[in-house]
Amino acid sequence: MPDVISFRLNDQPVSLQVAPDRTLLWVLRTELGITGPKFGCGVSECGACTVLVDQRAVRSCNETIQSVAGREVVTIEGLAKGGVLHPLQEAFMQHDALQCGFCTPGMILTAYAFLRTHPNPTRDEIIAGMDQNLCRCGAHVRIVEAILSAAAVMRKGTTS
Amino acid sequence: MNPHPPLPSPTRTPAADLRPPTRREFLQRCAAGLMVWVTLGPTLRADRESEGATETKAPAKADSSFNAFLSIGADGHVTCFTGKIEMGQGPVTSLPQMLADELDVPLDSVEIVMGDTELCPYDQGTWGSLTTRVFGPIWRAAAAEARAVLIELAAEHLQLPVARLRTEDGAVVDSQDPSRKITYGQLTKGQKIERRLTVTPNLKKPSQFKLVGKPLLRRDARDKVTGATKYTGDLRLPGMLYAAILRPPAHGATLLRIDTTAVREIAGLVLVQQPDLIAVLHEIPDLAQAALGQLRPEYSPSASVLDDRNIYDHLERTTPPTRVVVQHGDLPQGRAQATRLLEATYRNAYVAHAPMETHTALARVEGDKATVWASTQNPFGAREEIAKALGLPTDNVRVITPSVGGGFGGKAVNTQAVEAARLAKATGRPVQVAWTREEEFFNDSFRPAAVVKVQSGLDAADRIAFWDYDVKFAGDRGSDLIYAVPNHRITAVGDFWGPPGVHPFLVGAWRAPGCNTNAFARESHLDRLAELAGADPIEFRLRQLTDARAIRVLKAAAEQWGWTPAAGVTGRGLGVACGFDAGTYVATIAEVAVDPKTGRVVVKRVLCVQEMGMVVNPAGATIQMEGCITMGLGYALAEEIHFKAGALLDTNFDTYRLPLFSWLPKIETVILNADDTPPQGGGEPAIIVMGAVLANAVHDATGARLLELPMTPDRVKAALAAVEPKP
Repeated sequence: MPDVISFRLNDQPVSLQVAPDRTLLWVLRTELGITGPKFGCGVSECGACTVLVDQRAVRSCNETIQSVAGREVVTIEGLAKGGVLHPLQEAFMQHDALQCGFCTPGMILTAYAFLRTHPNPTRDEIIAGMDQNLCRCGAHVRIVEAILSAAAVMRKGTTS
Repeated sequence: MNPHPPLPSPTRTPAADLRPPTRREFLQRCAAGLMVWVTLGPTLRADRESEGATETKAPAKADSSFNAFLSIGADGHVTCFTGKIEMGQGPVTSLPQMLADELDVPLDSVEIVMGDTELCPYDQGTWGSLTTRVFGPIWRAAAAEARAVLIELAAEHLQLPVARLRTEDGAVVDSQDPSRKITYGQLTKGQKIERRLTVTPNLKKPSQFKLVGKPLLRRDARDKVTGATKYTGDLRLPGMLYAAILRPPAHGATLLRIDTTAVREIAGLVLVQQPDLIAVLHEIPDLAQAALGQLRPEYSPSASVLDDRNIYDHLERTTPPTRVVVQHGDLPQGRAQATRLLEATYRNAYVAHAPMETHTALARVEGDKATVWASTQNPFGAREEIAKALGLPTDNVRVITPSVGGGFGGKAVNTQAVEAARLAKATGRPVQVAWTREEEFFNDSFRPAAVVKVQSGLDAADRIAFWDYDVKFAGDRGSDLIYAVPNHRITAVGDFWGPPGVHPFLVGAWRAPGCNTNAFARESHLDRLAELAGADPIEFRLRQLTDARAIRVLKAAAEQWGWTPAAGVTGRGLGVACGFDAGTYVATIAEVAVDPKTGRVVVKRVLCVQEMGMVVNPAGATIQMEGCITMGLGYALAEEIHFKAGALLDTNFDTYRLPLFSWLPKIETVILNADDTPPQGGGEPAIIVMGAVLANAVHDATGARLLELPMTPDRVKAALAAVEPKP
């Protein structure tokens, strides 16, 4: 039976009538027009569907829409503010840290959540933090570089 | 109770350009500008190098046979069209880069339309590292011809001889009085010009390039980091249904009967039941998928007795005719000269393409016309297949290729596009087919399992006396010896797509088809011959090489690495391998460490040196090399399809492991300057040596010789156990 589920999505309030056990990924993609989170595997193995729920990286293919009721959801579409890219987005561009781009939204959001808890990470910490996100094109080395440089930019941003 | 208005449903997403202009509409829209069609004479046609995917012929229809095509708007905006597609490999940047340079326009003014069969010239498919090296010259020729046309128009307009005019920054300029100039936009009002190119026009020399050769960041990066890029699965059409297609539990299993009672009660569910296509469709994709689980099919078991262990015996027993690829010198004489023989059999497993985006298509069939958006490497091939399946003339089918989320050869197969078109026709509604990961594994055209037998030997002077090489089922691409051995023969059985009935499932082109298998066998064997000769593996190779480009990359690799020559197993864990593919030479050196307890191989450092002619976009070429090295870790160390009796035992990433961040070695890439020679392929060469270089490094670390890929921990442990203890 449909319920009314309310939450915040990319800084906007959202309410929709939806069966509460439906998968977050598919509700975002089909009911809400948010196609940044991608379907990659359906079993939380690849990370392409990653979104932020209350600032934590969550695999939306394995969450219900009910689980985000009353919470704050951010997808890749919501990361840039007022047309200004987030330092991670900027760094992924500047480091060419992508090829086909299909894993990119999940990579960036996983990195975002990781940097919240590791603002000054080592390369090894980044590798460990990103290890469960898959990229088939082999952009890994550049993704690590991009995260390192974004972290530096973000540290400056918070101290200035 | 509800402070926020609910978002509209069920039309859901705002549509992208879902009524794209037809060719006629497009031409009308461009009527205000200059259009240049360029038809290529026989000498300029793309070569017929094929990757073995369905051969499609360019249709006879005149306006579809143009091989290069661009239009210049009255505002100077350039739109160029190519049947090539973007799947991450970078032509979205490198093709406009080449065109802007040849046409003398700012890069920002160039827009590229890719992979739309209605608007773009015919193309045989995006594979084989052909885009730059084979298509590139044609593409540049079209741009150069357009520039020549613009100069002619300007000569008329400015009343000046052509010889006095030059082009810069989107304008034709009087070289004697630069204040006299006219922009392309001013020249192009209402012009429509067709040219038939029979000779290569006056292309720019590398020294004249302003853009080509400069590293450029990807032009599609902003859309990809903001989520704006639309892949096929992101498109929505009003009234569309999402399909979930019934698949058998095993290849070779046949459907005996099916009970569909349960799904018939689901509101909004549409069932399509055809002899070879059963699907449930719904406006909500997860409901369609759930409904699929409520079908009650019964199957006969697959008759296949093959599994991932007995497959090699099967392949060796299956012997369609052997063909001689190369024969040189006198093999028996070479054999007689050999003082030491070395024979070995090398094997590699089936490997999946596993692009992050599964095969996806969205189809709309209206009357006798079909429009299909598809994640494909081969839109024109897809068009033919769809037309055939629907019984429509080819011209009534339009295939549009949005951004493709990885291909690697797997998206040369367009099954999902045909399925979507058939289901759209059957339901009378637009249909999206997006394979689940399990379907992607089940339907994939794997890199074939293959067997290579090499017989060789050294003469008294430690030179390779003969080389008798037989490759079964990998294909002969990349089987070239590259070393100068007077007496040699290369034979091949089957090819990478078959023949039919040999493999228990579909096989096909996988990034540099054939080459990974052949480089693994050849370069492993070279290493063993070096050991037999008591020689350093690089020095030994250099002694057998006469090809200057190969010698150059190998020497550069040794120097860049800081290679200290040593013979035999040194314990350093260093390996080397060379290769040639798509016109490009590659030499790679790697360092590994092997944990003798677990059998795990850790790759510490990989250096890849490449000579690929002139480089269009050094940034893009470097990324391709890094991607090849990283992807190559997978087939070398872990990736392998397990199967039994037609059923796949690996159906998702939980058991089929792709390379992870934690596997990353330190990666170094070097591209040698070769600006005086034409650009060569860059999407594949660096991956071909990865199996060999790591096998050679494992041997150098431990003395264990791995003859089978992937080098899983179990296989490494078994090989370690087989190493004879030193006396």
